[in-house]
Amino acid sequence: MTFHNLPALQVVIPLISAPLCFLLRRATPAWLLSVAVSWICLAISALLLQHVLTVGPVSYHMGGWMPPWGIEYRIDLLNAFVLVLVSGIGAVVLPYARRSVLFEVGNRRAYLFYTAFLLCLTGLLGMTSTGDAFNVFVFLEISSLASYILISMGRDRRALTASFQYLVMGTIGGTFILIAIGFMYISTGTLNMADLARRLPEVTQIRTVQVAFAFFTVGIGLKLAMFPLHLWLPNAYTYAPSAATSFLASTSTKVAIYLLLRFAYDVFGRLFSFHAMPFGPILLVLSSIAIVFASVGAIFQDNIKRMFAYSSVAQIGYITLGIGMATATGLTAGILHLFNHALMKGALFLAIGCIVPRLGSMQVADTAGLGRRMPWTMAAIVIAGLSLVGMPLTVGFVSKWYLVMAALQKGWWWLALLILAGSLLALIYVWRVIEAAYLREPAPGRDLTAIREAPLSMLIPTWILVLANIWFGIDPHLTVGTASRAAAMLMGLGS
Amino acid sequence: MTPQSAMLLTIAVPLAASVLITRAGHWPNLREAISVLTTLVLFALVVSLLPSVLAGHRPGVELFRVLPGISLGFGLEPLGMLFALVASGLWIATTIYSIGYMRAEHELHQTRFYAFFPIALASTMGIAFASNLFTLFVFYEALTLSTYPLVVHKETPEARRAGRVYLGLLMGTSIGLLLLAIVWTWAIAGTLSFQPGGILAGRVRHQVLPVLLGLYLFGIGKAALMPFHRWLPSAMVAPTPVSALLHAVAVVKAGVFTVLKVVIYVFGTHLLTRTGASVWLMYVAGFTLVTASLVAMLQDNLKARLAYSTVSQLSYIVLGATLATRWGIIGGSLHLVMHAFGKITLFFCAGAIAVTTHKTRVSELNGIGWQMPVTMLAFLLATLSVIGLPPGGGAWSKWLLAMGTIEAHRYLLLAALMASSLLNVGYLMTIVARAFFLAPEGDGSVAGIREAPLSCLVPLGITALGCVVLFFYAQPIVHMLMPLVNVTGSAG
Repeated sequence: MTFHNLPALQVVIPLISAPLCFLLRRATPAWLLSVAVSWICLAISALLLQHVLTVGPVSYHMGGWMPPWGIEYRIDLLNAFVLVLVSGIGAVVLPYARRSVLFEVGNRRAYLFYTAFLLCLTGLLGMTSTGDAFNVFVFLEISSLASYILISMGRDRRALTASFQYLVMGTIGGTFILIAIGFMYISTGTLNMADLARRLPEVTQIRTVQVAFAFFTVGIGLKLAMFPLHLWLPNAYTYAPSAATSFLASTSTKVAIYLLLRFAYDVFGRLFSFHAMPFGPILLVLSSIAIVFASVGAIFQDNIKRMFAYSSVAQIGYITLGIGMATATGLTAGILHLFNHALMKGALFLAIGCIVPRLGSMQVADTAGLGRRMPWTMAAIVIAGLSLVGMPLTVGFVSKWYLVMAALQKGWWWLALLILAGSLLALIYVWRVIEAAYLREPAPGRDLTAIREAPLSMLIPTWILVLANIWFGIDPHLTVGTASRAAAMLMGLGS
Repeated sequence: MTPQSAMLLTIAVPLAASVLITRAGHWPNLREAISVLTTLVLFALVVSLLPSVLAGHRPGVELFRVLPGISLGFGLEPLGMLFALVASGLWIATTIYSIGYMRAEHELHQTRFYAFFPIALASTMGIAFASNLFTLFVFYEALTLSTYPLVVHKETPEARRAGRVYLGLLMGTSIGLLLLAIVWTWAIAGTLSFQPGGILAGRVRHQVLPVLLGLYLFGIGKAALMPFHRWLPSAMVAPTPVSALLHAVAVVKAGVFTVLKVVIYVFGTHLLTRTGASVWLMYVAGFTLVTASLVAMLQDNLKARLAYSTVSQLSYIVLGATLATRWGIIGGSLHLVMHAFGKITLFFCAGAIAVTTHKTRVSELNGIGWQMPVTMLAFLLATLSVIGLPPGGGAWSKWLLAMGTIEAHRYLLLAALMASSLLNVGYLMTIVARAFFLAPEGDGSVAGIREAPLSCLVPLGITALGCVVLFFYAQPIVHMLMPLVNVTGSAG
C-alpha cells in the first residue's frame, strides 16, 4: 500500500466495508466498522490535500489502463478540498450516529443504516475523485440509491413518501446527467474529463454539445437542489433520521455543486458556459430568487428541521451565486461557502438531532424553555445559527465578506444588498428558535423537568463542528487559501 | 503592566467575571461582590492607560489576522480613552445602583442579569479600543447580542416584542448597511485600520462619498438617527439599570462613538469639509434632534420621554461629527461625556421613583419633589446639564457645538440647536416644576420624606454631582481631545 494508491483506496475501502457491514448484522460491530472506515477516509483525504497543496495534482490510473481509455482518478486542489469536507463530515457524524440511530432507526435495522451510509460515502467520494464522466454517473447512482434508503429509515412514516419523492426527482436528474454524458461521448468519442475538456471546445458549435450542457445543468441542478428544482429537499431533510440529514445536508448537495463547477468551468470550459451559453444569468437569477424565497419560506416553518432545510436551499443559492459571477473572487466565495455552509448546517442538524430523542418533537413551539434544560445543545444552535447569519468571527462572516466583495467588484449594488438582506432573513428564522428556547415558558401541561442534556457521544461531535465554525472564522487561511487557489485554477489563471 | 496588556485585560477581566458570576449564582452576596469588584478593577485598568495617552503615545496590539488586511487589533487614542473612561466609570455607579434596584424590585433571573452586564461592558471596551473597523464591528455586534438578554429580561410578551424591535433594527442596520459600508471601504482603501486623517482621501471619487457616509451613519443604528431610532424607546421595557447604563451610556454612546471614529479616522474631517459629503447628513441629524425633542414633549411615560430625549441628544453628537469642523468634533466628543452623566442621572432618578412609589408617568409626579428631595434635586442638576445651562457640564458641549455650526456657516442648524434646547427646557424642566410646585393628587398633602434605598440614592447623587463637576473641569477633557483635530487638520 503506497501513497500512489490513495485515490483509489479512498473509494474502495468504504465500498468493500459496506457489504461487510451488512454481513455483520449487529448494530455495534457495524457501527465500529463504519467509524473506523470514515476515519481512515478522512486520513487519506487529508494526506491527499496536503500532497496536492505542496506537490500538485495526483493522477491514478485504474487497473493500470492509460487514460483516456482507462478510468482515471484525478485529484487536484478543488476536489481534494471537497474530499476532505465529505470524509471529515462523515468522520464526525458517524460517532454521533450510534445513539441517534439507536433511537430513530432502532437497534434491529441499525446495521442497514450503516451499510447505506458507507455506500453513500463511497458514492460521494467516488463522484468527487473520479476523472471519468461515466464513472461520475455510476457513483452518482450509488450515492443516490444509498441516500434514498437513508431517508426512508426516518421514524415518521412520511419519510417513505419523502424518500419516494426524492427517488423520482433524483432519478430524473440522474437520467438527464446520463443523457448529457452520452451526448458528450457522441460528440467527442471520449469519457475522460481532461480529454473532454480538450476536445469539447472544438465542437461547441454542434447542437448536441449544447443540448448536453443543458441536460447536464438541469440534471445536476436537481441533485444540488437549485431553485426551482429543490422541491424534494425540504421533505427529505425533515423526515430522514437526524444523522442522515446532517450528513446529506453537508455533503450530498456540496458534491453536486462540485460537479457543476467541474463541468461548467473545466469540462465544457468557462468560455463555453458563460459566453456561448447563458449560464451566468441563469445562475444569478435563480440563486437570487432562491436566497429570498427560500429564506422567507424558512421563516414560516414550524418544524425546525424543515426550517433549516429551506435555509439550505437559500444557502445553496449563495454558493451558486458566487459560481455564477464567474470572477475569481466570486468563485472563491462560492467554493468557500460550499465548505463553510457544510460546517454550519452540519452543526445545526447535529444539534437538532440531539433535541429529537429528548423532546420527541421538532416543532419550534415545543422547544419553549429548552434553553435551561439542554444548555449545551441550545448554545450550539445559537452559535451555528449566528454563523448562518454571518456574525464576525464565524465562518459565515468570511463567506459573506467574499460574496459582498465579489458583488461590489462587479459593481452590482443590488446584489450586495440582496446578499445582506438574506442574512437578515436568516436572523429572523434563527431568532425564532432562540426566542422560543430561551424566552418562552413551556406550554401548560408540558413538563420539561425530565429532559436532560444530550449524551456526550452526541454533544462532542456537535461541538466539534461548532468549534470548526469558529476556528475557520478566526483563522480562515486554509479555507480561503485553498478556495482562492482552486478558483484561480478554474478561471485558468494557474493554481 | 504595558498599555497593550492593560487594553486586552479590559476585555478579558469582565468576561472572566461573567463566568465567575454564573458560578456564584446561588450566593447573591458573593455574586454581587464579584460584580462590584470587577467594576473597580476595570476602572483601575482604564485609568492606568490614561498617562500613556496624555503623553501622546499610541500603543497598539494585533491579536490575529482573519483575512488579508483584516485583523483583530486594539489601539489607544484620545477619543477611545475618553469613551472607555466614561463607560467604565459609570459602570461602577450602575452596578451599585442595580444591586439596590434589583433587590427592591425582586426581579427574577438576577444571575443572568449580572452575567450579561460584564459581557456588554467587555464589548464596549472592545469598541473603545478597536484599532480598525473590523474589530469595531465585531464588538459592535457582540454588544447588540449581549444586551439583548438584558432588554428582554422580564420575558413578558411586551419585552419579547421590544427585543425583536431592538435586535431587528440594530442587526438590520448593522448587517444591511454598516457591513456593506465596511466591505466597500475595504474594496476602496484595501485597509480598515483607523488612521489620523482618514484612509479614503485620494482613493475615491467625490460623488461616492455622501453615499458611503450615509451607509455608515444609518448603518450605525446605535446612534439612533431617524428613521432607525425606534429601538431606543422600545428597549425601555428593560430594568432601569439596563436603560441607564446601556441606553444612556454604553450602547448609544458606542453608536455615536463609532460615528465619530468613522468621521475622524476613516473619512478624515478634512476630506469631508473639502467635499461637503456630509452636508445632507447634517440636516438629517438636525431634523432628528428637533423632531425627537418634539416627540419627547408628547410622552407621558417618564422613561419613554427620556428615551426620545436621548435620540435627540445623540443627534447633537452626530451633528458635531458631520460638521467635521474643529469645534464640531470637539463639541460632539465632549457632549458624549456630558450627556452620559446627565442622562444616567435622569434614568437613575426615574428608577428610584419607580422603586419607591411605583410611578412611571410624568403626570403622576406632582409634588414628588417634597417626598424625594434628594432624587429630584439630582434630577434638576442633570436636567440643567442636558439642557445646556450652567452649572451643568452640558453647557460647554452645547456651546462648542454652536460654535461648530457658526464655523461651518450653517445658521439654520444653529437655529435647530437652539430650538431643541428650548424644547429640552419644555420637556425636562416641567417635570422638575411639577415635582416641586404642584400639589400631589389626592388630598394634596405630602406623606413625608421617603427616598429610594441608599444603594440607589448614592450613585445618583454622585453622577449628579459629576454633572456639576464637569462644568468646572471641562478644560482637561478638551485638552485631551485636541490631538483629534490638530492631527486631522494637518493631514489629508
